[in-house]
Amino acid sequence: MTQPAMNSSLWSYANPRKFLATTERLMPFLWTAALICLVTGLVWGFFFTPDDYRQGSTVKIIYLHVPSALMAINAWMMMLVASLIWLVRRHHVSALAARAAGPVGAVMTVIALVTGAIWGQPMWGTWWAWDPRLTSFLILFLFYLGYIALWEAIEDPDTAADLTGVLCLVGSVFALLSRYAVNFWNQGLHQGASLSMDAEENVADVFYLPLLVCIAGFVLLFIALVFYRTGTEIRARRIRALQARERAGA
Amino acid sequence: MMPDLGKYADTVLSAYAASILLLAALVALSLWRGRRLRRDMQDMEQRMRRDG
Repeated sequence: MTQPAMNSSLWSYANPRKFLATTERLMPFLWTAALICLVTGLVWGFFFTPDDYRQGSTVKIIYLHVPSALMAINAWMMMLVASLIWLVRRHHVSALAARAAGPVGAVMTVIALVTGAIWGQPMWGTWWAWDPRLTSFLILFLFYLGYIALWEAIEDPDTAADLTGVLCLVGSVFALLSRYAVNFWNQGLHQGASLSMDAEENVADVFYLPLLVCIAGFVLLFIALVFYRTGTEIRARRIRALQARERAGA
Repeated sequence: MMPDLGKYADTVLSAYAASILLLAALVALSLWRGRRLRRDMQDMEQRMRRDG
C-alpha cells in the first residue's frame, strides 16, 4: 500500500460509522485478550513468584502498581495525541476518544497512588511523602479530574473539545514529569524505573516476565475500554443531534 | 494453594482487593452506560423513522 493510500485509510476511521463497525468486530478479541493476560499475569505473579529478599511478599504489589502507573502516564499521552488531532484536523472521533480515555486514565492513576501508598507504608514507614514522583502523580490525578470536569461543565461539545485539548497540552508536562521526576531530582523515597532499556536496571527475571504479561493485560484493557467508551460517546453525540432535530421539528 | 505472605499479608491483599475493585467498577460502569446509550439511540432512531 502506498503512503497516501495508507494515510487516507487511517483517516477513514474518523468516520464514526466506520469506527463503530471496526471496533465492534475487534471488541470480543480485545476483551478476551485483556482478560487472559491480566489473569495469567496476576496469578503468575501472586502465586508463583518468590518473595524479594528485602521487600518480602510486598514485591507482589509490583504487578498492579507498575502497569497502572505506566498506563496513567500513557493514557494522558494518548489523550494528548487525540486532542492534537482534534485541534488540527477537527475529527470528532478523536476528541471523543480523548474524552473516553479520561476516566480510564484517572482510575489507573488512583490505582497507582493507592497501591503505592499501601506498599510505601511498610517499606518507607509512611503512606505518603512529598517526593517528586508521588507529588507529580498527585498533580496528574488532579489534571485528570479537571479534564473530566471541564468536559461535563461545557455544553457545546466543540468548545469543550477545544478547551480540554488545551488542558491536555498543559497537563502533558506533568504526565512527562511523573515519568522522569526521579531522574530530574535525585532525591525522594521513590526508586528509579523498574523497567528500562538498560537490562542492568530492570527488576530480576523472575519478577520481570509476569510483570510484562500484566503490563500487556493493562494495555489491552485500556485499548478495549477506550474503544468501547468512544463508541458510547459517539452514540451520546448522535442522541444529542437527534434530540436537537426533534426539537427543531416540533 | 495460597502463598505464605508472612507479616505483609494484609498489605498485599488490600492492594490487590482495592485494585481489582477499582478495575471491576470501571469496566462495569463503562458497560452499563454503553448498553443504556445504545438502547436509547436505537429507540430514538426507531421513533424518528416511525414518525417520519
